[in-house]
Amino acid sequence: MLILKYSPMKIVVIGNGMVGYKFCEKILSKPATTPPQLVVFGEEPRPAYDRVHLTSWFDGKTADDLLLATADWYQQQGIRLHLGDPVLQIDRNNKTIHSFKGVVETYDYLVLATGSAAFVPPIPGIDKQGVFLYRTIEDLEMMKAYAPKASKGAVIGGGLLGLEAAKALLDLGISNTHVVEFSSRLMPRQIDEQGSAMLQGKLASLGLKVLTGKNTREVTGDTAVTGLQFTDDTILETDILVVSAGIKPRDELARTAGLTTGPRGGIQVNEQMQTSDSFIYAIGECALYNNMIYGLVAPGYEMAEVAASHIAGEAKAFTGFDMSTKLKLIGVDVASFGDPFADPEKCHSIVFEDKFKGTYKKINISTDGQYLLGGILIGDAAAYNLLLQTTKNKMTLPANPEDLLLGSSRSAADTGAGVTALPDEAMICSCESVSKGAICQAVTDGHETLDEVKKCTKAGTCCGGCTPMVKDLITATMKAQGKYIRNVVCEHFPYSRQEMLDLIKVKSLRSFDDVLDHYGDGEGCEVCKPVVASILASLWNDMILDKGNDTAQDSNDRYLANIQKGGTYSVVPRIPGGEITPEKLVVIGQIGTKYNLYTKITGGQRIDLFGAHLSDLPNIWEELIAAGFESGHAYGKALRTVKSCVGSTWCRFGLHDSVSFAIRIEERYRGLRAPHKIKSAVSGCIRECAEAQSKDFGIIATEKGWNLYVCGNGGSKPQHAQLLAADVDSETCIQYIDRFLMFYIKTADPLTRTATWLNKLDGGMDYLRNVVLHDSLGIAHQLEAEMQSLVDNYKCEWREVVENPELRKRFSHFVNAPADKDPTVKFETMRAQKKAAEWK
Amino acid sequence: MSTTTTTSWFLACKTSDVPTNGGVCVKYKEEQIALFYFARRNEWYATQNLCPHRQQMALSRGMTGTVKDEPKVACPFHKKTFSLKDGRCLSDEHECSLTTYPVKIVDDLVYIGVDAVMEMAGV
Ligand code: SRM
Ligand SMILES: Cc1cc2nc3c(=O)[nH]c(=O)nc-3n(C[C@H](O)[C@H](O)[C@H](O)COP(=O)(O)OP(=O)(O)OC[C@H]3O[C@@H](n4cnc5c(N)ncnc54)[C@H](O)[C@@H]3O)c2cc1C
Ligand code: SF4
Ligand code: FES
Repeated sequence: MLILKYSPMKIVVIGNGMVGYKFCEKILSKPATTPPQLVVFGEEPRPAYDRVHLTSWFDGKTADDLLLATADWYQQQGIRLHLGDPVLQIDRNNKTIHSFKGVVETYDYLVLATGSAAFVPPIPGIDKQGVFLYRTIEDLEMMKAYAPKASKGAVIGGGLLGLEAAKALLDLGISNTHVVEFSSRLMPRQIDEQGSAMLQGKLASLGLKVLTGKNTREVTGDTAVTGLQFTDDTILETDILVVSAGIKPRDELARTAGLTTGPRGGIQVNEQMQTSDSFIYAIGECALYNNMIYGLVAPGYEMAEVAASHIAGEAKAFTGFDMSTKLKLIGVDVASFGDPFADPEKCHSIVFEDKFKGTYKKINISTDGQYLLGGILIGDAAAYNLLLQTTKNKMTLPANPEDLLLGSSRSAADTGAGVTALPDEAMICSCESVSKGAICQAVTDGHETLDEVKKCTKAGTCCGGCTPMVKDLITATMKAQGKYIRNVVCEHFPYSRQEMLDLIKVKSLRSFDDVLDHYGDGEGCEVCKPVVASILASLWNDMILDKGNDTAQDSNDRYLANIQKGGTYSVVPRIPGGEITPEKLVVIGQIGTKYNLYTKITGGQRIDLFGAHLSDLPNIWEELIAAGFESGHAYGKALRTVKSCVGSTWCRFGLHDSVSFAIRIEERYRGLRAPHKIKSAVSGCIRECAEAQSKDFGIIATEKGWNLYVCGNGGSKPQHAQLLAADVDSETCIQYIDRFLMFYIKTADPLTRTATWLNKLDGGMDYLRNVVLHDSLGIAHQLEAEMQSLVDNYKCEWREVVENPELRKRFSHFVNAPADKDPTVKFETMRAQKKAAEWK
Repeated sequence: MSTTTTTSWFLACKTSDVPTNGGVCVKYKEEQIALFYFARRNEWYATQNLCPHRQQMALSRGMTGTVKDEPKVACPFHKKTFSLKDGRCLSDEHECSLTTYPVKIVDDLVYIGVDAVMEMAGV
């Protein structure tokens, strides 16, 4: 007896999925004189992994990346982990289990975390080759191996998992993919008819076709699947089929052991997660609580916590769980919270729908207008966290509850107020059960970055959905402590770019030295010098090589050309809108020949001449300027090109003269310096040949005028531009661009393109639209005036160099032998032109 | 080779030839030397012009600055930074160091000191 008292408690866990793993973590964190001995059995060949993010395996995450903990972790914790070894039998009388590989273990407590399996409807032919499930990494590996044979794909099931599976098929390169749903709408448990229609539209635009109200009679094909035959006698051809028609709890082991299970499956548990045998617990997707299977990870984690607490002798109960969800399905936000389908008799609903942008938002409000009951968000779920908290915490609604829906258009201050208004108990991270109070406490204790808060509270470490709220809380808590969150340029200037711009403007400073004298320390460096130089140029548009500012310019700006491999430079004359006369083309050809330059048409609709010696640059430009060219600013963080399509002057579809407008735009903003380069394009109709929607600002002709899109870019992280204003006339369009660009220039961080700037802008596109179109900050006139003064101040900087002997002198390789070229420059030949010699 | 290093000074250029807070490249026999002028502290530095990273003759076109008061230059190609005091690479400990040269100003003329060993190599 004495021995028993001191031997540690032994817990056997069956199932090493997400919830089984969480249980281990939780039970080990409970204070105990002797930690329990844990033995874990998993049927799958690898330790528990993040099933929620299974689909990310297709965009590059490896099985190892998805692991929740490595095998080493289990070893370090003293857990005996048996993988690839399912438990086959529970002997409740002797409190022992028997595994497939013949392992026999006794237990004090047994925890069933066997999860669920994909439900396979009994359709004839569903066992054919090419039919897959979507639950484990092995499922994905098999799908991937089969996919090259398939050009058409189908998924049975339009719920959350079915849409994930459809995304997987698209990722596998099967662009012709259908989702087949039995009910009349997608995600029938989460969203309503109208929301589903919007979601379908969005998915269709991404290439995914949806068939609703379809009942599959048979899977056709000899040995391999070739199609689906529906009960309405229609047929869908497919080469690969994923079945995702729901889940079925894995209760077979429990059933044979005589534990009570539900009529439609699931191991019955009480509030402490005990099954009908009080030494056996069931948690996660296999557990049936109050006639309900919870098919989400957060309630599973809560169950793990409750079971671990109960075994450790703490009092905790599971009392059901909110099934609110927020997902990104194939890039589309979908969220559903509280009661999304509240009885119209018992609530008022406010619905907001924007077919153009593809957003649908609905909230259900109690008849007395006091409380939020639930809702649905499609296309834009930025307001989800706040709405969910408002619902869960029964917070009284503001006088105009519709403001909640337009949530993302509110300014930063309002959103902040939203977080601050939550009670301390508000559950911010429901996966890890972290309250607002706990997060704020962590910040007060000195954990002031997102990473630190995540580490110490675990908030945001699971599905990540609460991360924006955690960030808001960090900021709000720090602000409440009187701390100011700084984003300084570098060791020489304790200010953000935006603050520097304001300071430099107020004091009318015009040189880097002046700025350093007033606001900086030391000599500056390669980080702050270009930032200050760019601010000075954005404010005054002085010649950038004047006033000692030449050496504060980035190397390319300092020599008004891009440095190449080997130390030569490129020459890019401006060719507005890509339009050029044959005569000017001849001049470029002659200059290229004379100075032995490599020529190439750039991606920006103009011509680049490469391989010029530093000392040749002024001579080359002198000739170009004489022929009517000017600098193309290819070297600057400045306006680059305004691409155009040929437009209505020649094109049979053209609505307006896109070339003329592109030239007008390019000439207006040429030489404009900004935190990063700016690109633009004008297309003559919606066919969009100028790719305007991939530009920092892009313009597309409509029947009634122009649509103005902003904040797109190509590059390594492409992002589509978003519509800022529709059907505006040319003057209004330019007015909006003036305001937009100037606002960007004044507020963006260094080296931040417009797309990234927008992504970081509180309130996002709606906020920007309010500033630019509705002048919500009351600065529109100022922005326009500032832009006009930059436009008026424009001069071609190459012309100034060519005409100024002092500046010209700076363009030689040797200070003491100006006529000599750098003898180390070497070229090779390729396709009848030269190229830079390979470097080591 | 002799290890006694006698510094010999050669005339590089006029002080006014060098931009304030920037660099120029000086030709010395077959060598290229980068010369830097920190106007605010009235200090002059000289190093090899060749950036050891990708063997580019470019350091004279680099941007000067300080890190915690130590003068440095950033190569225009990949922004590796080098101390102008001792030539070591500040941004990558595995990168080779630069050769540095003494500089002196007499009246308005800039002289760079090269030692006899280099003199030998140059001929
Ligand atoms: C010449 C050109 C490639 C070509 O042969 O077509 C080119 C060449 C360079 N690009 Fe580019 N880009 C060129 C079009 C583009 C395009 C396509 C376009 O504009 O339609 C893009 C993607 C669109 C976009 O920017 O949104 C592009 C995205 C980049 C990026 C990535 C920017 C980003 O935000 O991710 C860089 C890197 C940077 O700017 O920091 C870059 C940087 C560079 C640099 C400046 C790299 C450098 O510092 O040496 C290259 C200079 C070459 C030189 O010596 O002249 N280049 N570059 C194109 C010149 C266009 C022009 O006429 O001015
Ligand atoms: C593609 C996909 C996307 C999802 N997206 C989301 C989402 O966005 N949000 C969300 O909340 N949830 C999502 N889920 C659901 C979530 O993954 C599950 O709720 C969660 O994994 C349940 O955890 P569990 O431990 O109960 O079950 P599981 O993770 O299924 O683990 C059970 C484990 O037990 C093993 N097992 C079964 N029987 C035995 C036995 N006799 N012996 C030994 N081992 C056994 C199984 O092989 C399995 O490894 C998604 C699921 C999938 C498949
Ligand atoms: S894509 Fe890369 S290699 Fe090509 S021009 Fe642009 S920066 Fe240079
Ligand atoms: S060549 Fe100088 S940093 Fe690469």
